[in-house]
Amino acid sequence: MLRASGLVAGYERGKRVLDGVNVDLPRGGVRGLAGPSGCGKSTLARVLALLQRPWAGTVELDGSPIRGFRHAASRRQRTAVGVVFQQPRPAVDPRMPLRRVLEEPLRASGERGVPERVAELTELTGLDGELLGRFPHEVSDGQLQRACLARAIALRPRYLICDEMTGMLDASTTAALVRVVDEQVRVEGTGVLAISHDESLLHAWAGDDVIRL
Amino acid sequence: MTRGPVEAVLESPEEGGALLDGPSRPLLSLDDMSVRFALGGRRAGETVHAVTEARLELLPGQVLALVGESGCGKSVLASALLGLLPANAWLRGSARVGGADAEEDVELLSASEQVLAGRIRGRRIGLVPQSAATHLTPVRTARAQLAEAVRELRGHEDDGDVDELAGRVGLDPAALGHYPHELSGGMAQRVVVASALVGEPPVVIADEPTTGLDRPLVDRTMDLLGELANRSRGVLLITHDLSAARRVATHVAVMYASRVVETGPADEVFDRPWHPYTVGLLNALPERGFEPIPGHPPALTELDALEREWGCAFCRRRPDTPGVAACDGTPELVSYGTRSVAAHPPC
Ligand SMILES: [Zn+2]
Repeated sequence: MLRASGLVAGYERGKRVLDGVNVDLPRGGVRGLAGPSGCGKSTLARVLALLQRPWAGTVELDGSPIRGFRHAASRRQRTAVGVVFQQPRPAVDPRMPLRRVLEEPLRASGERGVPERVAELTELTGLDGELLGRFPHEVSDGQLQRACLARAIALRPRYLICDEMTGMLDASTTAALVRVVDEQVRVEGTGVLAISHDESLLHAWAGDDVIRL
Repeated sequence: MTRGPVEAVLESPEEGGALLDGPSRPLLSLDDMSVRFALGGRRAGETVHAVTEARLELLPGQVLALVGESGCGKSVLASALLGLLPANAWLRGSARVGGADAEEDVELLSASEQVLAGRIRGRRIGLVPQSAATHLTPVRTARAQLAEAVRELRGHEDDGDVDELAGRVGLDPAALGHYPHELSGGMAQRVVVASALVGEPPVVIADEPTTGLDRPLVDRTMDLLGELANRSRGVLLITHDLSAARRVATHVAVMYASRVVETGPADEVFDRPWHPYTVGLLNALPERGFEPIPGHPPALTELDALEREWGCAFCRRRPDTPGVAACDGTPELVSYGTRSVAAHPPC
């Protein structure tokens, strides 16, 4: 379980957007999180992905409290939670070909068999293998988001936060990426938080398991 | 039998021309318009086929939604009409913005930057850009920014003009005194739409105007764009968001791998699609099956070879879609009354 209790958090200077929020994310399923823009969904995503320290409240990962966020979190904790954001372009280094985008987390964790895992991820996410040598500006948003999802699941995270993952994508690419994530739930037992303002998407993806901020 | 779209409109004036007394001249007509990019560096010699032989018409009163997957060429098409493409682009065919009579028509693809800047952008074609709110200057009030546009495009200064514009997009003039960061997303969006209207352009192009907005704001933006279409104006809405398009479009054009593959009145195309790609896009909607189209759109650098071999690029990706006519392999759009389709004639 990834559990946040009594979270209070906000933007760097000033505005509080989360005030006493509790969220539980169990393994092996998809939980939806709905709410209008500006309600703090993205701040919550960053806290749960251990990328932002809350002002108050606690985050617990499989029973262990998180003490440090960002680089202060242990590698084991950080790699236990994957995250995909709405906009793929700001999320990748424009100087890296897609192959390196996928390789990076594997190399940083000292994984073996990097080329094999990259090939597997390419297949899993439906990324066009011929694009691995291309740079981000040479591929479409849809292909780049597939690469970002591949990077997020590269280390088989126990939890995955999808923060408006499909917000910029057409209907077909949206449905395809949702299938990729569902497959991670089935095969790896990943616990997924699907954050979106799109109620019909959340209903189709998470059924009735949708919480509102 | 095949008929051109103009003829079809003459025969059925209720289609799109409902607000008019007689058949109207198109505001925008694209005829075999193509856009290519020559790549350089380590990919020198490759050519991107961004738009291929597009044939489209926009009439007064229409909201024409151009939909398709990201990277299919639809945003390039918009940029080409406004002369906003980089220098390695080349254009072929014709795209005319229509005036009151043929003498006032302007051919956009060969127009000089001077003509585009002085006579087209803002005056004949208004643009509502992607992530509109970020196009406002942060250090000046909404009123100051609209007043500057009025000065530039109408040649005078008048607060009354600004108030009137605000009223037209449902913006309280009192809100105009605010700086962009003080405006809600919805209000900022209205300011941008008002800016696009300053020059009273007969054509408004909205390029992915809803990217990153939440659903209520998407709906409000769509409704606002829908209201812009009237007896003298049409809207070209470029979007990947089919639900948004369905909300306001009177007509729709579906683009796949650089080509327009299906066009027609929006309710007919959405209710009874002819092209398998349109079928695939609709079936991918969460409320209509959530079924992705298998495979990938082809690389835009390989379309030539692909079409030579297969004719219809989509059926190379996914052959035999149930419920549509068998593929005849012609990539060109063929008209049937008010609708048109490539490779898959109505069955
Ligand atoms: Zn076909």
